[in-house]
Amino acid sequence: MNPLLPLFVITPLAAAFLIMVIGRFVSEFNKYFTSLVLLFLTCLSFYFLFITGENQFVYKVGGWESVNKIPIGIYIVMDGFTAIIVCIINLIGFLSAFYSISYIKRYTSENYFYALFCLMIAGMNGVVISGDLFNIFVFLEISVISSYALVAFGVEKDELEASFKYQVLGGLASFLILIAIGLIYWKSKTLNIADIKAAFTSGYDKRYYIFVQILILSGFGLKAAIMPFHAWLPDAHSSAPSPISAMLSGVLIKAVGIYVIIRLFFNMFVISESMSVLITTLGTLSMVVGVFLAIGQWDIKRLLAYHSISQMGYVVLSVGIGMILISRGARPEVAALAIMGGIFHLINHAAFKGLLFLNAGAIEYSIGTRDLKEMGGLAKSMPATSATSFVASMSISGIPPFNGFFSKLVIIIAAVMGRFYLLAALAVLVSIITLASFLKFQRYAFYNKTDGDSIRNKVKEVPFPMIFSMVVLSVICLALSLLIVPGIREAVLTPAIDILTDPSKYSSTIIGQ
Amino acid sequence: MIAYIMCFILFLVGLYGVITRRNLIKIAVSLSIMEISTFLFFALIGYIDGGVAPIVDPANPVQTYVDPLPQALVLTAIVIGLATTAMLMAIIIRLYRKYGTFDIREIKNLRG
Repeated sequence: MNPLLPLFVITPLAAAFLIMVIGRFVSEFNKYFTSLVLLFLTCLSFYFLFITGENQFVYKVGGWESVNKIPIGIYIVMDGFTAIIVCIINLIGFLSAFYSISYIKRYTSENYFYALFCLMIAGMNGVVISGDLFNIFVFLEISVISSYALVAFGVEKDELEASFKYQVLGGLASFLILIAIGLIYWKSKTLNIADIKAAFTSGYDKRYYIFVQILILSGFGLKAAIMPFHAWLPDAHSSAPSPISAMLSGVLIKAVGIYVIIRLFFNMFVISESMSVLITTLGTLSMVVGVFLAIGQWDIKRLLAYHSISQMGYVVLSVGIGMILISRGARPEVAALAIMGGIFHLINHAAFKGLLFLNAGAIEYSIGTRDLKEMGGLAKSMPATSATSFVASMSISGIPPFNGFFSKLVIIIAAVMGRFYLLAALAVLVSIITLASFLKFQRYAFYNKTDGDSIRNKVKEVPFPMIFSMVVLSVICLALSLLIVPGIREAVLTPAIDILTDPSKYSSTIIGQ
Repeated sequence: MIAYIMCFILFLVGLYGVITRRNLIKIAVSLSIMEISTFLFFALIGYIDGGVAPIVDPANPVQTYVDPLPQALVLTAIVIGLATTAMLMAIIIRLYRKYGTFDIREIKNLRG
């Protein structure tokens, strides 16, 4: 029992309440309080990253101990994989909140913005640390309902339309997830993930099991915008205010989509070859199609949103390769390498995609448009934005000293070692097209001289909080390359891989406690 | 068994509505139908033939009880469903004010 664990949910929930109550009377309270709360949560999550290691911390809500080794209370679980995702959520959340201090001045009702922001953080933290299937659903709804509202925050035509699309598809996904939870509960008579694993290992109907897996994959796949379910993502992510786009693209699709898929398929279901092939196919599809859809875009935020689909494809692809190898029972070291590539790329994507959306927001803040054709020559007037976006563009397209290179390299090496030569070739090809697409972004936004040069000279650099967030994220982009260094890799990534590759470790330790 | 099939048919009715209707309000109603069918399914899971309410009676301890957990889950899910529907309706009202129509074919700014 670690009493600090529930703080991840309680603190942002309480903050959302306090902002609505006190923020009404004290102006300026909302922005600084949100940043402060998220800074505290970031420190807490890094503390857990350092102490967790190979351990698993379990907190039983209400103090309900297990009876005859059958868990009856709600469990909150912190292990190596969870700790990494919690760090991403709160760090990107803090930087986005700090960035919002200047950015959100162009909107009214700031109190609502910050309260919804805190609710979204609470929901995502809850999804990630929950060890119970139904609580995952409840927290998921908390975070997505607040994100529906945040997408529509501008209340103009585009924002409302995007939010409507997002809500209809998100609602559909929620029902699929709920039905899957019902079906699982029907057969296993428990909702605890570790306990379900134990119930499923002892015997199950195979067709029923595959039906449940398909429902879970399509439900959470819709939330994660994997290829056939991606239609809402470009609209929603490009219409939201920029700090929220950074949160949605950088964190939300991972915390409520990819994280849950990985957690459930590795630690709850028994990995089967048919499902792992399906997951790998979907990953490859979103990787390739996403980048081709991105290449023709002229709206910066839409371009970035399509790249999110493509980069998430990399993560799903490499995790899928790991699953295929585990299900065949062959070459566990290559499977571990593939999963490491996936998780590493997930962390990196949060950093550089968050940064890119903040850059897009800075450009929009200064010149008031998102159309690449109307920009040009911004490198002189906005040096900080230009430099940080250069770092992010090079990271996402996989240029050596930056983090994206190392994670893509690991993924490609794992694919070659697992003898998936076609997938490795496709990964390289997509990386090259990504580079082309981001060179276009750099050239049109920052270097291309247009006729309106005199107007461009009046453009000012954005205020300090926005620069601060962007510079910190670009330093993180560089620093994350260090995760590949052996000593640091063992401390951060290896515990997460161990918990995923060992089929019984997760459930046996939780049931034992 | 027939109850489960009816529940599934209700789900499909909702799905058909979401896909084919052109009116925003009707889409929201279809989503609600899907939602209700899911809740019915949960209620069915917990039901046991001849079961009584799960309150232990000291005079007569051994009885067949219905499973109380799905009922608790449904109550939670209904509250979440209320929030989702309210949010969707709020967006639809705003959309109507901007576009002056409920027809989804005329609301298509975002393309590509």
